[in-house]
Amino acid sequence: MTYEITVLRRKTPEDLPYEQTFRYEARTGADTVASALININRGSLTDVNGNKAEPIAWECSCLQKKCGACAMVINCIPRLACDSVLSAVAADDRIRLEPLRKFPAVRDLICDRSVMRENLKTITAWIDEEVSLKDDKDNILFEAGKCLQCGCCLEVCPNFYAEGRFFGMNAMVPVAGLLEKLPADKSRRLRKKYSKHIYADCAKSLACHDICPAGLDIEKLLVNSNAIALWKHLFK
Amino acid sequence: MSGSPCVNIIGAGLAGLSAALELSRMGISSNLISSQPSERAQSVMAEGGINAAMDTMGESDSVQAHFEDTVKGGVYIGEEDSIRGLTQNAPAIVKELIALGVPFDNVNGRLIQRNFGGQKKKRTAYAQSSTGKLIMSALIDEIRKHEANGLVKRFSHHGFESVVTDDSSCCGVIIRDLFTLKAYELKGPVIVAAGGMNSLFPGLTTGSVANTGDVTAYLYSIGVKLSNLEFIQYHPTTAAIEGKRFLITEAARGEGGRLFVMEDGKQRFFMEEKYPELGNLMPRDITAREIASQEGGSCLLDMTHIDKSVWNNKLADLRGHVKHYLGVDPASEYIKVAPGIHYFMGGLYVDRYHKTSMDGLYAAGESACRYHGANRLGGNSMLGALYGGRTAASSASENLLSGPSDDIREVGIPYEYTDFSVPQSVAEPLARACAITRNEETMTDALRELEELDPSAFTLKDRNRLLLSEAILTSAAGRRESRGAHYRTDYPERDDTNFACRSVIAYDNGHHCLEFDKGKYL
Ligand SMILES: Cc1cc2nc3c(=O)[nH]c(=O)nc-3n(C[C@H](O)[C@H](O)[C@H](O)COP(=O)(O)OP(=O)(O)OC[C@H]3O[C@@H](n4cnc5c(N)ncnc54)[C@H](O)[C@@H]3O)c2cc1C
Ligand code: SF4
Ligand code: SF4
Ligand code: FES
Repeated sequence: MTYEITVLRRKTPEDLPYEQTFRYEARTGADTVASALININRGSLTDVNGNKAEPIAWECSCLQKKCGACAMVINCIPRLACDSVLSAVAADDRIRLEPLRKFPAVRDLICDRSVMRENLKTITAWIDEEVSLKDDKDNILFEAGKCLQCGCCLEVCPNFYAEGRFFGMNAMVPVAGLLEKLPADKSRRLRKKYSKHIYADCAKSLACHDICPAGLDIEKLLVNSNAIALWKHLFK
Repeated sequence: MSGSPCVNIIGAGLAGLSAALELSRMGISSNLISSQPSERAQSVMAEGGINAAMDTMGESDSVQAHFEDTVKGGVYIGEEDSIRGLTQNAPAIVKELIALGVPFDNVNGRLIQRNFGGQKKKRTAYAQSSTGKLIMSALIDEIRKHEANGLVKRFSHHGFESVVTDDSSCCGVIIRDLFTLKAYELKGPVIVAAGGMNSLFPGLTTGSVANTGDVTAYLYSIGVKLSNLEFIQYHPTTAAIEGKRFLITEAARGEGGRLFVMEDGKQRFFMEEKYPELGNLMPRDITAREIASQEGGSCLLDMTHIDKSVWNNKLADLRGHVKHYLGVDPASEYIKVAPGIHYFMGGLYVDRYHKTSMDGLYAAGESACRYHGANRLGGNSMLGALYGGRTAASSASENLLSGPSDDIREVGIPYEYTDFSVPQSVAEPLARACAITRNEETMTDALRELEELDPSAFTLKDRNRLLLSEAILTSAAGRRESRGAHYRTDYPERDDTNFACRSVIAYDNGHHCLEFDKGKYL
């Protein structure tokens, strides 16, 4: 099976982006966007017009949807490249790759997602006291610890933008775990920050829930955290 | 410029985070440098769990038993003084992780532990099948606190280039911002926590392709000593997926999974037949060799009898991933498995304080060599990374530069693109000669092939990787015995007279100088 893979490219953030298309012969039915990028970079690196191309810059690490590195926009949808089987994401055998658009562009498919980490700092996503082991019946702690910090949820969120007050679900998910870990009388600081940076501006449309490549039950975590942040502590 | 003395940590997985945390607790600043943020480190992929003799399961487990299992698992060449420290500190390390909020599996707040390869006691603490991810998330939160108070400075998209030396001791590091491609020099002692050497074995490893081993390769090229490179752990149960091997965690067998081959239309459970006591939970090297030696090579894993509650509570992630990547549901179908490269026991030679052979340079985690001898026990490497990271940190804290060291200087070093895997001309002979079973002929042939390559056609990083590949082959060819993960058909026996010790290799004046170092060392 042959695919035409178009990559939105730029060398530096200042450059105007341009498109370059490569023809890629899939080797098996399990070939993903990640394997295509790996093999294109190791091959002759010639585009469909016969022009020599520079290696395509992109990020990856685990190649099995456990690290969030390879998030990009694939045929208009933010996904993990290593989780995107070519035959499943192609439209008429064509695939268009762009970097996530909510973050500053760096080079080709790489963008600068530092704002996600900065926001977690601002929202004070840590605990100040020791906690004890807790029966995690509803899997809140477990799921909250599994966010990949990939940024796909921010890409689809109508309310998130990089300098805004609203931090989105990559911040909500870890904080949901911390709120669940802490006894009510110890979570004041975090509850306040949560209300300001998450609760206040989330429209609860849950586009983020549907897109999350880690399959996190964002709705469950959101409901749980909203309850803790806004009223549950009153009764504890 | 003003500022306080500072330690540079290369790598932000478990070992790097542990080092940064230890330094923060001592009030010492650190630069935490990694080519990608912590969430992308290989440590997040660890599934099965972490070992600590806490005797939670009423089996009279003890630190002594953990010590003995580790020494025996490493076939008596792990460093016993360090293993003592590792196993003694393990319960406190797991308790600390609990205090940070790692949601280990428990019953009403009481920790539960399970069996893991090569150990008879239930001493592996776990968080479903995502233990590494959950531990990493808790440590990342804790480090964030120290980022906010200014003790930890993150350089999360910065690759290692080289160390700065003064009179052959390390006093700084050059890193490259992988976004702008500009290079910078940072001062102070350096801790290497950059993981294993996956770039040398493209498509054959279970870990992260971003763990290139380039730091180790560079350090080797400038004369820093490496140890035990011949010991490469093949995990018995992996499956090929695009670009890598997909791990089927040992927990699958810990929870009752059985290995078999089909013979005359019947299942033959070859591990249970041959090893009645530990059966499917024999150490990884033995299990891997048994799988590789089955006629026809088609080994299957049977998990179809496992209880629904176990699938839901302990193996839910594994089941999801197997379905997704292999297209089979392990609760009702068999999984085809074969061995894949999973861990490098060898790496930078460190003493018990985690000092390398270069002053001012320390190493921890998978990039260092200290605890695992000829083979690592499942669940001991996360422990080794956490314990090694903090040990390296406290050693580095005694070697701070006297003056302020938090100034950063741009340096003009041109950037050269290098793929994350070594060229096929290097990878192919190396993989062939460093297979599960080895012999003199394939290894010397491979070495000759590598020596005939023209390094001037390579980038600098690939030239260093070539040297490192030669060092691995030289070490493996030199160890004329079989021990742990190193199995030779021409020397199938263990030879304690000549080889009951670590190998140490150094690159000196264009030569790979290998010795078998029997001396006790610090
Ligand atoms: C699938 C899988 C399952 C596993 N399961 C278990 C288990 O159940 N129990 C257990 O104990 N162990 C397990 N392990 C092993 C364990 O995960 C690792 O050995 C351990 O996490 C290594 O930690 P580390 O800190 O040394 O390195 P890593 O977590 O690999 O981190 C390396 C760091 O170095 C950085 N880096 C690498 N190269 C450079 C460079 N050139 N410049 C700058 N930065 C660089 C990376 O960005 C990263 O931050 C498993 C491993 C795998 C692959
Ligand atoms: S629910 Fe809607 S507004 Fe809230 S984070 Fe998700 S996408 Fe954004
Ligand atoms: S919540 Fe999901 S989509 Fe958002 S960063 Fe985490 S893993 Fe990615
Ligand atoms: S490379 Fe890790 S999620 Fe794709």
